[in-house]
Amino acid sequence: MTERTKGDLVLDVSQLRIEVRTDAGPGPVLVDDVSFTLRRGEVLGLIGESGAGKSTIGLAVLGYTRANCFITGGSLRFHGRDIRTMSAAERRALRGPGVAYIAQSAAASFNPAHTILQQVCEIPIQQGLLSPAAARSRAIGLFRELDLPNPEQFGDRYPHQVSGGQLQRAMAAMAMAARPDILIFDEPTTALDVTTQVEVLASFRKLIREHGTSAIYITHDLAVVAQIADEIMVLRQGRMVEHGTADAILHHPQQDYTRRLVAERFEAHGHHAQDSGALLELRHVVASYASLLRVVNDVSLRIQRGDTLAVVGESGSGKSSLARVIMGLLPREAGDIRFRDEMLASRLKDRTREQLRRVQMIYQSPDVALNPNQTLLQIIGRPVQFYFRRSRAEVRARVLELLAMMDLPADYIDRKPGALSGGQKQRVGIARALAAEPDLIICDEVTSALDQLVGEEILKLLKRLQEELGIAYLFITHDLGTVKRIANKVAVMLKGEMVDGGETEAVFAPPYHPYTQLLLSSVPEMRSDWLDGVLAGRAG
Amino acid sequence: MLRLVMLRLAFGAMTVLAASVLIFAGTELLPGDLATAILQNSATPENVAEMRAQLGLDRPAPVRYAEWISHAAQGDLGISLSNQHPVAEELAPRLRNSFFLAAFAACVSVPLAVLLGLLAAIYQNSWYDRAVNFITLLTISVPEYLVGYLLVKYLSVRWGLFPSLANVAPENTLLERLDLTFLPMLTLVLVVVAHMMRMTRASVLNIMASPYIEMAFLKGLTKSRVVVRHAFPNALAPIISVIALNLAYLIVGVVVVEAVFVYPGLGQLLVDAVAKHDLPVVQACGLIFACVFILLNLLADIMAILSNPRLRRAR
Amino acid sequence: MVKLFGQRVPLPALIGLLIIVANLLAAAFAPWIAPFPEADVVGDAWAEADATYWLGLDNLGRDIFSRLLYGARMSIGLSLLITVLSFTIGVIGGFTAAIGKGWIDAALSRFVDLILAMPTLIFAFVVLSVMGTDLAVLVVTLACLDSVKVFRLARALAVNIGALEYVEVARVRGEGLWWVITREILPNALAPLIAEFGLRFTFAFLFVAALSFLGLGVQPPAADWGSMVRDYRDVIALDSPAPFYPAGAIALLTIGVNFVVDWLLALHARGYGEGA
Repeated sequence: MTERTKGDLVLDVSQLRIEVRTDAGPGPVLVDDVSFTLRRGEVLGLIGESGAGKSTIGLAVLGYTRANCFITGGSLRFHGRDIRTMSAAERRALRGPGVAYIAQSAAASFNPAHTILQQVCEIPIQQGLLSPAAARSRAIGLFRELDLPNPEQFGDRYPHQVSGGQLQRAMAAMAMAARPDILIFDEPTTALDVTTQVEVLASFRKLIREHGTSAIYITHDLAVVAQIADEIMVLRQGRMVEHGTADAILHHPQQDYTRRLVAERFEAHGHHAQDSGALLELRHVVASYASLLRVVNDVSLRIQRGDTLAVVGESGSGKSSLARVIMGLLPREAGDIRFRDEMLASRLKDRTREQLRRVQMIYQSPDVALNPNQTLLQIIGRPVQFYFRRSRAEVRARVLELLAMMDLPADYIDRKPGALSGGQKQRVGIARALAAEPDLIICDEVTSALDQLVGEEILKLLKRLQEELGIAYLFITHDLGTVKRIANKVAVMLKGEMVDGGETEAVFAPPYHPYTQLLLSSVPEMRSDWLDGVLAGRAG
Repeated sequence: MLRLVMLRLAFGAMTVLAASVLIFAGTELLPGDLATAILQNSATPENVAEMRAQLGLDRPAPVRYAEWISHAAQGDLGISLSNQHPVAEELAPRLRNSFFLAAFAACVSVPLAVLLGLLAAIYQNSWYDRAVNFITLLTISVPEYLVGYLLVKYLSVRWGLFPSLANVAPENTLLERLDLTFLPMLTLVLVVVAHMMRMTRASVLNIMASPYIEMAFLKGLTKSRVVVRHAFPNALAPIISVIALNLAYLIVGVVVVEAVFVYPGLGQLLVDAVAKHDLPVVQACGLIFACVFILLNLLADIMAILSNPRLRRAR
Repeated sequence: MVKLFGQRVPLPALIGLLIIVANLLAAAFAPWIAPFPEADVVGDAWAEADATYWLGLDNLGRDIFSRLLYGARMSIGLSLLITVLSFTIGVIGGFTAAIGKGWIDAALSRFVDLILAMPTLIFAFVVLSVMGTDLAVLVVTLACLDSVKVFRLARALAVNIGALEYVEVARVRGEGLWWVITREILPNALAPLIAEFGLRFTFAFLFVAALSFLGLGVQPPAADWGSMVRDYRDVIALDSPAPFYPAGAIALLTIGVNFVVDWLLALHARGYGEGA
């Protein structure tokens, strides 16, 4: 990709600085001393964790800052003219034919009151670039290029009438309608399922290559950006960490932070549970919501002490419902659940306190999993007091011990969750689960709300705890990368049914089940030719 | 969507029916009964029994309810206890007066409130916005009679601009009526505008904060086009319901304002009837107020359904 | 700098709190503060204000300032009683519906929808016309009518908070219903409930005052702000300030409560407890 001939300079951003300023005074600096250039047909990937300032930079290129944010230094030259000094009318004229934006959530970014075609054609017509008829035929052409179904009629539908992946592509059509020089992609595939992500990503790449459009591709996922970008800039807390060609960043990272992002993530499996009989066993379990919508259909599973069983599937596959069935939150309609050779009651309230204690859960979003009005002592101490009836002093001592285990400072004990970072909150959630001294912990997408490096730390912590305490995990995730590295057993779910399962090595090795293969091939890999390989494989 | 509208209509009809049952049941709470109330001091057991038979009170309540509601539906609202006139005759001119006042107030307050609310939303956090917010918070807190008397004190007593009493008569011309009802109208407007304006501002701001509005700006549209084409169609439903809600309030709120200005409207009639325990009049007024209130709410909901594209077109 | 809930209190809210406290003190200690008994005629009707009679005398020659203090008792006391009663009914009903789910919830919610679609004030008039202006009847009627609005909010709060994962954690731990409600749900519903209490109070307060103004609420000789406005309204034509004292007192307290409510609602929108 790097060999592609690059055209003239389109954008020159130099020493950009963006700050928050409110009535109360100056706030944090969001972007500091960031410089880069963009040539015709070139794609720059901006990568970083949340708070890195990547979206703020992307919006600044459009001459736009969110409420209370101000560009306070540097320049953004678009074809030599500084966007900072443009008048409001000039900036408006820049947006559309100059720079166009593709947001993360198409569902929220389309106006529900108008048809897709009206919104795609709006800018070329409004800015007097095309007649309504010409705009319409261009839109239909774009729908066709983006592999949307029935391009002739697709635009007559309203945003809520099409699927998420289609709407995301329709947004790309909307951005391309005025033939901009630069496209800003802001996490455009993050909200999509992996199998959809591959198709959307391929459509985007085809689009910019055919039109020779320059692009800034913003994402937190290095493997995704590697498929589309010529150059990559790594950002952290508003500052540039490293900038180079995609291959250089992927294969020869210079900075320690980049190395950690790129590093082949740790491999923990190889750990095998000794065969000590089943801890949890599900036989032909069936469950529905409101006895109408069947969400779990005939699922059988077996977890041994010290096992990590990963349940994988896309959204709507029933994997989270399965966890709720095991917890007793969603009563099963048929089938058995045995735990330590005892039959678990279908409903939560029919289970003994001891049964409840032995199965604990950690949630996806630590923000809503911790009561904001309680201190860590109350949050973590309550299970100790509730299940073991310890004295006040003993509870406090146990909470301190657990905090230490989580590498959290002891003086956090009297803080409330609001004062903690996302990763710290998740550690509190783990501590609360451990406080019950369980045999099995159900982990529901525990890393997907966290930044990559923070999530890695949480996975390492969970693995360490397993080795020390011999706990079994049931790991619910959509991220196959995680599964391969942490689980010794896998169950693949699709529309409520378990379509594939067994030892991880066996499931993730040929001969594959077709759906497993589709999922596996959709996970972006840290090499720039991955997407080409997948597309070639699927075409063949 | 048609199903939704039909459902809403059915619910509206049910509400009217339930309201009429409640109004009727309320009057059944009377210790003793209507007969004792009419006869008062001369209520010997024989007299009461005779009166009960005469009024048909010896029949079971459901029968009397059915009779009352079917007569009411045909425009026969019974006979007033205090002056023996048919209630409907007494009610009709007063109902017209009340509607006139409410409509006058609505014509002024609705455009004013929506305009002020839109301006406050567009110039959010400006001095104008803050001032309007503060002032409306004050006027929301002030009871109608204080506003009314303040207006009387200054606009009428001190400066003599408008009459302080709104004693309209049937022979008044429209212009005279507008002059006579100017102060009550202004009072109602001042009280209602604050509410309507605040709710309009809130619903427009809510829409303006949505990602598709940011997207519209990022597409390079002008502010006026964003507001008119992208924000307005989506803000319409909440604004309509705000208006309907406040019109419903206007209808009920006239009671106090009518008392302040001694205006011969339905509210005054209701208050007098309550004081005199004139049950047929109370029932009739209650039924009319309830119907208007329910009807306006019904209209608001149906307009909201019609203006929502997600509901207008199914998947 | 005054702090509450770990947040700085803005100026309007501070003023509001001061107004509320002053009114409550006046209401509680009226017999001790007031220079004259509420119903005693102490001079000529409509005597001008002077050092003895701070706000002058009223239509019968009673001290207006003393009547205002006693009036605070009646007006605020009645409204508080109504609000407390309606909150007790509404919160218990709302939480029962949210936690009971199923048919209990469906039945209660449909019933409340029906009541909300009707003009509740009209029913107050109907009941008053039948039962006469009995204060106990007035309080119970208004409390019942108002409780449906509290029910709506309490149910929504309990449903929304009850669906959060930390509440699920407590249920899965095996905690009883009492713990879940008092430790997990209620503390997080407190700010909006307090704000709603303020709103419902102003509503009850204004309505009681309006009824008295119409002559249907508190009856003479008891002092009450609404009926004082009614008693003094005739002198408006004489350019006397008398009716504006009670009317202004009503407005002032309502403004104070609204300032505090506005702040509490903003606090809730921001999510209080952060950084505490």
